Amino acid sequence: MLTPALYLSAVLFVVGTLGVIVRRNAIIIFLCIELQLNAVNLAFVALSRYTGIEGQLYVFFVMTVAAAEAAVGLAIIISIFRHYETVNVDKFNVLKW
Amino acid sequence: MVTGVSAALLAGLPASAAGAVSEAAASAGASTGAAAWEPILPGLIVLLPLLGFALNGILALLAARDSSAALREGRDWNPFAGPRRPATHRLPSWIGPGAMALAFGLALLNFLGMPADLHDPVIRSYWGWIVTGDLRIDAALQLDQLSMVMTLVVTGVGFLIHVFSVGYMAGDPGYPRYFAYLNLFVFFMLVLVLGSGFGTMFVGWEGVGLCSYLLIGYWFSDREKSDAGKKAFIVNRIGDVGFLLAMFLLFQGFGTLDFIPIFAGAEGRVAAGGVAVTAITLLLMLGAAGKSAQIPLHIWLPDAMAGPTPVSALIHAATMVTAGVYMVVRSSVLYALAPTSQAVVAGIGALTALVAATVALQQYDIKKVLAYSTVSQLGFMFLAAGVGAFTAAVFHLVTHAFFKALLFLGAGAVIHAMHDAAHHGDGHLDEQDMRNMGGLRRYMPVTCAVMWIATLAIAGIWPFAGFFSKDEIVWYAAAWAGAESNPFGALYAAYWGLALLTALLTAFYMARLMVMTFHGANRTGEAARSHLHEAPGVMTAPLIALAALSLFGGWINVPEELRMSFAGLFGALPMSEWLHHWLEPVTHAAAEIQTAGFGEAARTAPVGGGEAAWALVSTLAAAATVAAAVRFTSTRKYVPAAEDPGPRRGLRRAAYDKWYFDEVYDAVVVRPVVGASRWCWKAVDTLVIDGFVNFAGNFARLAGWAASLFQTGQVNMYAFVLTLGFLFVLGATVFL
Amino acid sequence: MTDLLASILYGDWILHALIWLPLAGTAHVLVSSAERARNVAFRWSAFVFVLSLGLWWAYDPGDGGFAMQSSAPWIEAWGVSYSLGIDGISVFMVLLTTFTSAIAILGSFEYVKTRRKAFYALMLLLETGVVGFFLATDVFLFYVFFELTLVPMYFIVGIWGGERRIYAAVKFFLFTATGSLLMLVAILYVYFAGGTGSFAYDAFLNAGMSLREQLWLFAAFALAFGIKVPVFPLHTWLPDAHVEAPTPGSVVLASVLLKMGTYGFLRFLLPFFPEAAQHPAVVAVMLALGVVGIIYAAWVAAVQPDAKKLVAYTSVAHMGFVVIGVFALTLNGLQGGMVVMISHGISTGALFLLLGMMYERRHSRLIEDFGGIGRAAPWFATAFAITALASIGLPGTSGFVGEFLALLGTFETHMATGAIAATGVVFAAYYMLPMVQRVLFNELDKPENRKFADLSRREIAILAPLVALMIWIGVHPTPILERTEPSVQAVLERVEDARMHAGGGEDAATGAAGGFRSFAPAGDGPAADPAPSGAPAAPRAAGPPGGGR
Repeated sequence: MLTPALYLSAVLFVVGTLGVIVRRNAIIIFLCIELQLNAVNLAFVALSRYTGIEGQLYVFFVMTVAAAEAAVGLAIIISIFRHYETVNVDKFNVLKW
Repeated sequence: MVTGVSAALLAGLPASAAGAVSEAAASAGASTGAAAWEPILPGLIVLLPLLGFALNGILALLAARDSSAALREGRDWNPFAGPRRPATHRLPSWIGPGAMALAFGLALLNFLGMPADLHDPVIRSYWGWIVTGDLRIDAALQLDQLSMVMTLVVTGVGFLIHVFSVGYMAGDPGYPRYFAYLNLFVFFMLVLVLGSGFGTMFVGWEGVGLCSYLLIGYWFSDREKSDAGKKAFIVNRIGDVGFLLAMFLLFQGFGTLDFIPIFAGAEGRVAAGGVAVTAITLLLMLGAAGKSAQIPLHIWLPDAMAGPTPVSALIHAATMVTAGVYMVVRSSVLYALAPTSQAVVAGIGALTALVAATVALQQYDIKKVLAYSTVSQLGFMFLAAGVGAFTAAVFHLVTHAFFKALLFLGAGAVIHAMHDAAHHGDGHLDEQDMRNMGGLRRYMPVTCAVMWIATLAIAGIWPFAGFFSKDEIVWYAAAWAGAESNPFGALYAAYWGLALLTALLTAFYMARLMVMTFHGANRTGEAARSHLHEAPGVMTAPLIALAALSLFGGWINVPEELRMSFAGLFGALPMSEWLHHWLEPVTHAAAEIQTAGFGEAARTAPVGGGEAAWALVSTLAAAATVAAAVRFTSTRKYVPAAEDPGPRRGLRRAAYDKWYFDEVYDAVVVRPVVGASRWCWKAVDTLVIDGFVNFAGNFARLAGWAASLFQTGQVNMYAFVLTLGFLFVLGATVFL
Repeated sequence: MTDLLASILYGDWILHALIWLPLAGTAHVLVSSAERARNVAFRWSAFVFVLSLGLWWAYDPGDGGFAMQSSAPWIEAWGVSYSLGIDGISVFMVLLTTFTSAIAILGSFEYVKTRRKAFYALMLLLETGVVGFFLATDVFLFYVFFELTLVPMYFIVGIWGGERRIYAAVKFFLFTATGSLLMLVAILYVYFAGGTGSFAYDAFLNAGMSLREQLWLFAAFALAFGIKVPVFPLHTWLPDAHVEAPTPGSVVLASVLLKMGTYGFLRFLLPFFPEAAQHPAVVAVMLALGVVGIIYAAWVAAVQPDAKKLVAYTSVAHMGFVVIGVFALTLNGLQGGMVVMISHGISTGALFLLLGMMYERRHSRLIEDFGGIGRAAPWFATAFAITALASIGLPGTSGFVGEFLALLGTFETHMATGAIAATGVVFAAYYMLPMVQRVLFNELDKPENRKFADLSRREIAILAPLVALMIWIGVHPTPILERTEPSVQAVLERVEDARMHAGGGEDAATGAAGGFRSFAPAGDGPAADPAPSGAPAAPRAAGPPGGGR
């Protein structure tokens, strides 16, 4: 049971990573980040079967952080959208030097 | 602290800190049993002019406060407008000469009280000036025969010149400032001659240089005059470096800078003719050349004539410029141990005497003639020191102080008269140019008479003062050339020839000056002529006093042979060789060393003939030259300065242009140094060093800019690089 | 006086008071109004100065070791302590600092018109830093104060400066910081490699570095202090900083901050690395830099059109005399260096004040904008002339005593160097007199200059003590010389002892038992202990002040 779960986790993570790298829409990037987090969660749950309850504990931890992050992140995206009227990340590159 | 010091000065008592030196001197004195003499308040002699400076200085500052306030408010300020001068312009007339009179009186008292057989100098030490480690320089005065003579000259002639200044400077708005500087000068000059070591002497040495600077540039609003002051200071400082280095060498050799231990130990400590003593004496000579305007550092003195004429008389003729001679005489022991240096000193002296005399022949500015004459006469003094005739050097120094001060003051009286005349005349009249004078004898007979006395004295005509002193120098040059074992015999014979020639030139240019100024037709111009006048009494009185000294001053040191040989002619003089005997305690050590090294001086000149014979020859030759010059000059036609371009070409033009010393220095020294300075600034400082610094700064900025290019601001890009990095690290951990 | 001071236990509290009172003043300035800030600041600095005057009597030269010592642990884990002490070298630096701080604050009344509170707070903070630097006997503490001085000066130049103030301030900061970081590395190296276990001054003395190590460490320290001095060719920050700094900044910079460099030479460089300091190559390099500095800076000064820049370059020339005096390694040279430091602090500080007064009146620093000021403002001219003459070392002024001794001391061991350096006397006249002439003399041909106001009462009050000091030190420097001599002698003996033992191997400094000379007072220093390597000079409680050995 472990191996397929870890494979699924890896595939989800790679999909998430690729999404973050190649997509330009902030919302999609955001969804991809969530995908990465959940891929990690899956790996944690799968592994907890062999290593103990701590893995599941971390999953709750990650979910809490992800929820907070989603709230803050979406708020930022909304305020950016209000300002620039776009969520294309190529358009806001003011965070450089 | 300060009050303690001044109290000690006033009391003339040694301060506790200086006990060691005083005791050393006292014990040295005790051995010969001549230490009983107690000088009377010697510190006060020095302190009085300083006090005068302080008082006059305060008055000067007060007066200047008024004048500058008037300037700011756009008012006219004339201290002489009212019926009575303001106190600031009245009191200095008393403070300035008064301080000098008191100082002179005190010096005279000490001089009269000083026993003739005083073998060891009396040291009065006041406080330890620079005391650290093994170095000890005391603020101490040394009273001996030599310093006493110098003190008398400085305070005596100084007093007369102060009195003269009361008249000469009467109409100058800066009157109190003038007297403040003048008093300060006398203070430093006294420190110079009374200082008990090279360290103390150096204080006076640079101090008089400062006052010279201030007084040359006294009318500082005039660019040319303040340039002249600056030039004097800088050229003097070149000499001072020599003095400093000599002091350092002396300290290394002797561990002290005091005169007494150095001169007492010199014979034992340094090898006669060795490198050390030769270096010391040559460096000292560099200092002396700077101060006493000898080639190659003589260029400042003619320019120094920019100062008020009494200043020229006091500083640039009678006292300060003779400081170099005093210093060489003071160090006679060292010079006696260094025959090479002596030959150099004599050579510089002889050469300077001749070169300056030739320049004087062609000058038209009355003060320039006198300035070059001073340079020339100083050359004579150095020649004397160089031939070991230290007494003769001092003798000429003294007589020269009399007659040259008289000449300058006389010239001052002439300029004073010409100034008033020029004021009323038409157009611009150069009041110092002799081509604009002529026939002044009718308007100022007293000045003319006293100046003739001085002229005859400097020309070396019997029985005026200059005859005895100059003749002695010329004679010693001859005698020295023929000394038993003199390695430089031929050289000295040449010096003797130069000295003789220069003596004749002196007679010529002085007679030329007198004729151009006082005789013949007047060239001043109609309108101005009626305003020519004799100087007021306050100015003529010092002239007359100096004339008396120029007439009789030479009698203090008539050589025995002269007195005896032409009885009835020279023999009428009351005493012989007084100065020689008087200075014996100071000069005998040097004389012994020289006799040991060179043997007895010759009794005949290089071409034969004894002292008396050559004295007769020289006075007759001088008289003939004066007569010839009078004849030659009277028959020449002079046109007013404005119409005369000066000699066209040839040697006369070169002499007129002062042999181009200034031009050469400008090209060889001044321009290269200024050029190098600019180069250092623009090329080294700005371009290289700052260039490197700015490059370092700009490089950091550039590197930062280059690195910042990676910050695109695009989140995906960052994520991509992040992933790549992660994969790289992962790969590295797995596969390596 | 001494008894009176003893009766109030002056020696026990004065050093702390001198450091922390200016800081209290900083706080006071910050809470007072902008109008009152200058008065508050001046009163604090004057109060500190008056307090510090007691040191003249209370400091007993004794054997030249530290007096009035006190120590308290600060960061015990690293062996860092808050230890203070004063000796014949630092006593005059402290007096100079308190004096010029008060004078500079008084001199800034008309000059500083914006952000006054901040300005005076920084001036007092600077005083704390500098006094602390001079009094610290713990290397860590010393470094902290060294860096502390950097901050206020940076802001003083950067905020109240002239047009290019940012460039000047950054340049000043970067130069100094570069050097001090290298020095920090060197300090840490001694701390760890030397196994001192403590940052105490005496512990560093006994660190026992090999010659090779010493040379590297020497280079790091010399660079840090050499930049501060500044030694040619590390000087180019100085003209910029001086020109751009406001008058009081220039005054403190010239009078005090430059002295931190030469003080560092005397206090740290020579005693810590005595073998390196007398290594022939090191001596040759330092002397050469000193001489080049004297002549080069004089030349460059002479052709400056900006009066303030001219004076800034003369500082480089003056400090060159200190450098040669110190590295001649003779008593006279070191003493001369000391006097030049004091004298330069007074005369150059005064020159900057005078230039500031000129700037306040005419808003120009260019020499050619002046001329004939002697007629318009005779009192100003008198003060200017006296100061200029003191600066070029006329006998009877402070400048001469220092230069004479420094040259004499150099000449004793390095004849040619001394002879070349002596020509600096001529070049001093070459740069100063034309400036004096073009400012004070010549024709009063510019109408603006006719209105040039003479000195006000406040300005007279500023300049009079400075002029008096120049002349007093020139006429009677012995009281100063005799106070510095034992301490300077101690530095010299430390170097000479290392020379004596240098033949015994690389670890000569450690093996220098017996002839070893410590700076510590009797009892707890290794001097009394024949085995210094086993006598760690741990942070000490207050030692007996001025105890003789």
